[in-house]
Amino acid sequence: MSKFKKKKKGLPAVNTAALPDIVFMLLFFFMVTTTMRETSLQIEAPRLPSATEIKKLEHKSLVSTIYVGKAKDEKYGTGYNRIQLNDKIATPDDVPAFILRAREEVSEAEIPFMTTSIKADKESSVGTITDIRLKLRDVNALKLSYSTQTGADN
Amino acid sequence: MARRDTPEINAGSMADIAFLLLIFFLVTTTMNVDSGISKKLSEKPPPDYKPPIIKEKNIFEVNINRNNDLLVEGEEMKVEDLKEAAIKFIDNGGGIGKPGEDGTPGTACDYCEGERSESSSDHPNKTIISVQSDRGTEYGAYIKVQNELLKAYTVLRNRLSKQRYGMLYTDLEKRYKDSRGSDKEEFKKKVEDIKTSFPQIISDAEPTSAN
Repeated sequence: MSKFKKKKKGLPAVNTAALPDIVFMLLFFFMVTTTMRETSLQIEAPRLPSATEIKKLEHKSLVSTIYVGKAKDEKYGTGYNRIQLNDKIATPDDVPAFILRAREEVSEAEIPFMTTSIKADKESSVGTITDIRLKLRDVNALKLSYSTQTGADN
Repeated sequence: MARRDTPEINAGSMADIAFLLLIFFLVTTTMNVDSGISKKLSEKPPPDYKPPIIKEKNIFEVNINRNNDLLVEGEEMKVEDLKEAAIKFIDNGGGIGKPGEDGTPGTACDYCEGERSESSSDHPNKTIISVQSDRGTEYGAYIKVQNELLKAYTVLRNRLSKQRYGMLYTDLEKRYKDSRGSDKEEFKKKVEDIKTSFPQIISDAEPTSAN
């Protein structure tokens, strides 16, 4: 019996005292990098089409986003062509006002660099996008970005 | 002996609490960087604007109908084949290019490797890709087509950049963005050179309406 007892010297337990520190470090990292969504979506989160030839959007403050997709509220119908500006479902006619208001928030020198990002669902129709595009052209908001997912290169 | 030792606070579950918070933030974090296909709209033409006359052979016509089918230069085509067709068209180099802004006459495309067919495009800087879609076309299909066309340009630009500067155009752009000072100027010149050699001219025609 003593043979067995000798073997049982036992490894010292791993010291986990620093574990909370590590976890807190991770926690702070995520807390700092987290960005909460500013506008609540009135439409179902658009399923973005995927593409490979994409450019990153820089200067978040200069980007105004237009959502296109299916409204959560049934009274707007079930088509994928509802437009959301800020917090409301809107029509293409509201786009110029939306852009002009966004322009008020930036300095004059930065206006030419403002970009409009369209986040539209895969099943939206091109007609809706074209309507928005024409309205954007009316107010000279010429930089446009079709938001997409990064797709696999085929 | 009135003094009693205050018992130590048990910190054993601190890790658990921290984990809980950590998981919460992990789940709520969205790290997506906004990215997409960028596009520059043309300015609104003045009312008395007359569109310039463009030779038919320099226009690469892509039609997407409401069933998301593709018609390229009058022939049905699959999206997968669009890139090759576009490359072939842009890279054709059958004639002379646009005259320079200072009045120098246009030159033939000396970096094109296409067939130089008379009936196809003259020069990459004259080539216009026109995408016409129906109002009922699905947005996803439209983006796919735009993406394929952009891919065609990337392939051509990469090829030219490799020949001239020994690196891919995508790398060249990245270097340009990361560089500072005098390097930046140099890279800028290179990027501009490639860009003007294969300018991306993709125009959106008014969509046909489905009535």
